Amino acid sequence: MAENLLSVKGLNAWYGESHVLHGVDLEVRKGELVTVVGRNGAGKTTTMKSIMGMVRPRQGSVKFEGKETIALPSYRIARLGIALCPEERGIFASLDVAENLALPPKVREGGLTNAQVFELFPNLKERLRSQGTKLSGGEQQMLAIGRILRTGARLLLLDEPTEGLAPVIVQQIGNSIRRLKAEGFTIILVEQNLRFARTVADRHYVMEGGRIVDQIDNAALELSMDKVNHYLGV
Amino acid sequence: MLAVPIQALFGQLLIGLINGSFYALLSLGLAIIFGLLNVVNFAHGALYMLGAFVAWFLAEKAGVGYWGALILAPLAVGLFGAVIERLLLRRLAGLDPLYGLLLTFGIALILQGLFSNWFGSSGMPYEMPSALQGGRALPFMFLPNYRLWVIAVSLVVCLGTWAITERTRLGSWLRAATENAALVSAFGINVPRMITITYGLGVALAALAGVLAAPIYRVSPLMGADLIIVVFAVVVIGGMGSILGSIITGFSLGILEGLTKVFYPEASNTVIFVVMAIVLLVRPAGLFGKQA
Repeated sequence: MAENLLSVKGLNAWYGESHVLHGVDLEVRKGELVTVVGRNGAGKTTTMKSIMGMVRPRQGSVKFEGKETIALPSYRIARLGIALCPEERGIFASLDVAENLALPPKVREGGLTNAQVFELFPNLKERLRSQGTKLSGGEQQMLAIGRILRTGARLLLLDEPTEGLAPVIVQQIGNSIRRLKAEGFTIILVEQNLRFARTVADRHYVMEGGRIVDQIDNAALELSMDKVNHYLGV
Repeated sequence: MLAVPIQALFGQLLIGLINGSFYALLSLGLAIIFGLLNVVNFAHGALYMLGAFVAWFLAEKAGVGYWGALILAPLAVGLFGAVIERLLLRRLAGLDPLYGLLLTFGIALILQGLFSNWFGSSGMPYEMPSALQGGRALPFMFLPNYRLWVIAVSLVVCLGTWAITERTRLGSWLRAATENAALVSAFGINVPRMITITYGLGVALAALAGVLAAPIYRVSPLMGADLIIVVFAVVVIGGMGSILGSIITGFSLGILEGLTKVFYPEASNTVIFVVMAIVLLVRPAGLFGKQA
């Protein structure tokens, strides 16, 4: 079995007074693609932000390549080689597309070149001088993914990259996610769309009430559909 | 047209441009600080005064003249600002902006109080560098060299600052962090350090204005207190946090004030506040601010 790239144990997090994560445990092996599924408000986005150190306070243990990160500020966590594509995409309105793309600094060797990013998302190349937020939703999503590929980060946290997008765009994003996995990126994908998730993932974690309540291999998903649908409330 | 002597018109235009140069430099610093820190820096006027005093100290105690002070005073005051940010303002991050306003207002009162105590309120003269003394006689007016210099420096520094924020990678980080600091930090950028540097730079601009002002006005403890009220009006008119807006508004309002002195002198002290009131009614986010 490959070593764990990320290992989260007993992660608790709070938004001010409200206790949102109640001891999240999850592990991701190098090169793996796992999803985190669950209903709205289950704590999926908070888990991603907490791994990144963006939610404070947080307690428990988050180890990346065996190094404990729980006490580090988010910019130092990012420099270890973890990158987030946030749910709201986080495209900066006061930056054009080229600036948005160049924003995250290189944290390690081995990131994609601009040319490789444009090969993955050809639309971006045509729009480099446009204001970031003038792009279509799909293009903004491509920009949000594309900009974290350049940095050399090896663990990508993709928070609902297909949310609100047309099927043809979802397909394009799906293809690029598969390519990234094939190129050796390790990915945690937050996803509501199970039909999409099963086409790319190795494993699925199910979240409920700020905890991981189940873990299902993608191969076993078919047999567990009733259970999963119950979790998701579909 | 009103019977106005052309000398008076150009004379007041020049004074307006000079005032506008200071408004622009000061409101630019305020805009940068407000954009990233969300702090209304009430200490700005006191730090402008501090810049002038550092120049005066350098001349009196160290024999460093105007040209050295032009570099050293902003550097020293900028470092002082960085320390204030690191030790005091940082503790207020995430709280209501009102706390930052109160803290910086307190700092302003302390600085002005200390200097008034030490130096009295009448102030000291600061010698103009010999290279910039004198002036040129134009057909319609006498143009002092030093005033021309102030306008030129202010323009160059303002446009340079604007170009850095708009055209460099560092500037793109600054703009991005102004929008969403948490995400910029999650990309691996040391935002707390950026905040310290930004506050230091904004404050250094105030100190630079202080050095520029020293030979024109006297170096006095309250020189910033009167100016800063007008500068806040300029910032409100331009739109909080807009860099280009603060530059354009600074110069335009200086000119407007000068023209008012020619055509309706009674209103010259209030015209900026009248404009501010109108802008607040019609376009509350300011002329260049993003409408909420």
